[in-house]
Amino acid sequence: MSRRALTSLALHAALVAGAVVTLAPLLWMLSASFMTTGEANASPPPLLPAKATLAQYRELFVRLDLGRSFVNSTVLALCAALLSVVVNAAAGYAFAKLRFPARGRLFTGLLAAMVIPGQVAMLPVFLLLRSMGLVNSFAGVILPGIASIFGIFLVRQFASSVPDELLDAARIDGAGELRIFWSIVLPLCRPILVTLGVLTFLGTWNDFMWPLIVLTDDAKWTLTVSLASLAGEHVQDTELMMAGAVVTVLPALLLFLFLQRSYIDGITAGSIKE
Amino acid sequence: MRRLSSWRAREARAGLLLVAPGLLLLALFLALPVVAALLLSLTDFDLYAIGDPSTARFVGLGNYARLLHDPVFWKALGNTFFFVLVGGPLTVSLSLGSALLLNHRLVRFPGLFRTVYFAPVVTTLVAVAAVWRYLYHPRFGLLNAALGSFGIGPVDWLGDPHWAMPAIVLMAAWKNFGANMIIFVAGLKAIPESLYEAARIDGAGPLQRFRSITVPLLAPTFLFVGLTTTIGYFQLFAEPYVLSGGEGGPMNATLSVALFMYKQGFRWWSIGSAASIAFVLFAVILAATLLQRRLQRGGDA
Repeated sequence: MSRRALTSLALHAALVAGAVVTLAPLLWMLSASFMTTGEANASPPPLLPAKATLAQYRELFVRLDLGRSFVNSTVLALCAALLSVVVNAAAGYAFAKLRFPARGRLFTGLLAAMVIPGQVAMLPVFLLLRSMGLVNSFAGVILPGIASIFGIFLVRQFASSVPDELLDAARIDGAGELRIFWSIVLPLCRPILVTLGVLTFLGTWNDFMWPLIVLTDDAKWTLTVSLASLAGEHVQDTELMMAGAVVTVLPALLLFLFLQRSYIDGITAGSIKE
Repeated sequence: MRRLSSWRAREARAGLLLVAPGLLLLALFLALPVVAALLLSLTDFDLYAIGDPSTARFVGLGNYARLLHDPVFWKALGNTFFFVLVGGPLTVSLSLGSALLLNHRLVRFPGLFRTVYFAPVVTTLVAVAAVWRYLYHPRFGLLNAALGSFGIGPVDWLGDPHWAMPAIVLMAAWKNFGANMIIFVAGLKAIPESLYEAARIDGAGPLQRFRSITVPLLAPTFLFVGLTTTIGYFQLFAEPYVLSGGEGGPMNATLSVALFMYKQGFRWWSIGSAASIAFVLFAVILAATLLQRRLQRGGDA
């Protein structure tokens, strides 16, 4: 065998081994979710169900009412994504293209604030929401996270490439600034707005700490909070927990598979900043 | 002329109008709370004070002084540093290794492998932590079964205080390496192929090409990845929360600073004390950020 073929073989062997290890936990989760209760608790652990059953999913949705949490998570993630896109697109475009007083200083301030870890603000934000009567409400879950410094940066970077001539031409034609933002800038920035929307949707969908803190009423819980609570009560029910994990993970994975480009662009965009 | 100046005024008005919602939200939910947290950390704000704030008293640096004498806090800080110092380099090496493999010109279907390696990143942490909890089961877990076939084990991953933190590191590395990998791949792609060609013509071997081209040109990417991983890992919370049932056990072996803050603030409602924990975490992250920047600058010189 030539050296080139040998290199290629070693390379692909390593890549396949890595892929198997990476996928193993997810595949086992899927497989165990179709097992009958107690089946996974054996030594050695079975890799596939003896006879696949949907019993765990039925239990989750019929008796444990996980469907409600599913709807809650979906509604919250959609609202957060939509609001975050509008708010951060407006600010990002303004920082990129419009001259207004203190623009430079405000932007430097945002840059500096990026090092503040979210935990620092958490306690006062909770007290603030409490005084506004927003604890145990959906608004309390999404409101604090809508404006994002990262999101503003992302849009600003993209909007810088919108040609000034285009904006000036619209101004000469008598279009107002808001009209220009809405019907020229937003459509031009569509790719980055999709990226921001996907990132926010998945961020909200996957978030755990904040909904855990804000939502006290189990009818309002998101999937992650319900799942963590389930893990406490049903610690022995491996198969049931795996079905719950599938219900939570699968939508996120599917969304990623469909919008992979946008998602990955967003992750890499942050790194090219400097 | 007059038309131009009225345009300018309109532009400034529109600019302020468009940044206003974002900046107001950030002021309300970030700037104001950070200042409030600093003030809270100087008081004994507790459950009673939530009902009637006038019962809170100023205690100066009392909360911070008490933290320094609290062995549980030191345990949490030690655990967090273990996670950052062991988990960070492990994750970044996996990311770099997989990026180098993916970027090799002989690889077929790089897109497919990239998607597979990236999949754990988009999964829900709470859900996959539940999965890993079973993979780590001492008797029925897949991991011990695999290790057992090599004659190793069985290890009580989450029950043994010595193994609980390494178990969390392992899961976090699995979950996160794909995100950095994507960034490394983008960094590698940005290195012009012509440099490698030239080096090859000059007779440089693969290792030499890696050392004198890839390493220096990838350094900025490396700094970015190192920094974001470090900052993110200092905020460790959900992994130990789910794997230890919200306690950080066994025997506080997986208690992180953020989890300690959560328990103090939202379980015991010692909000003043929790705020001081948050600020210590902030100070540690800030110090680590500055240190890493300085190291990078030293490396450049």
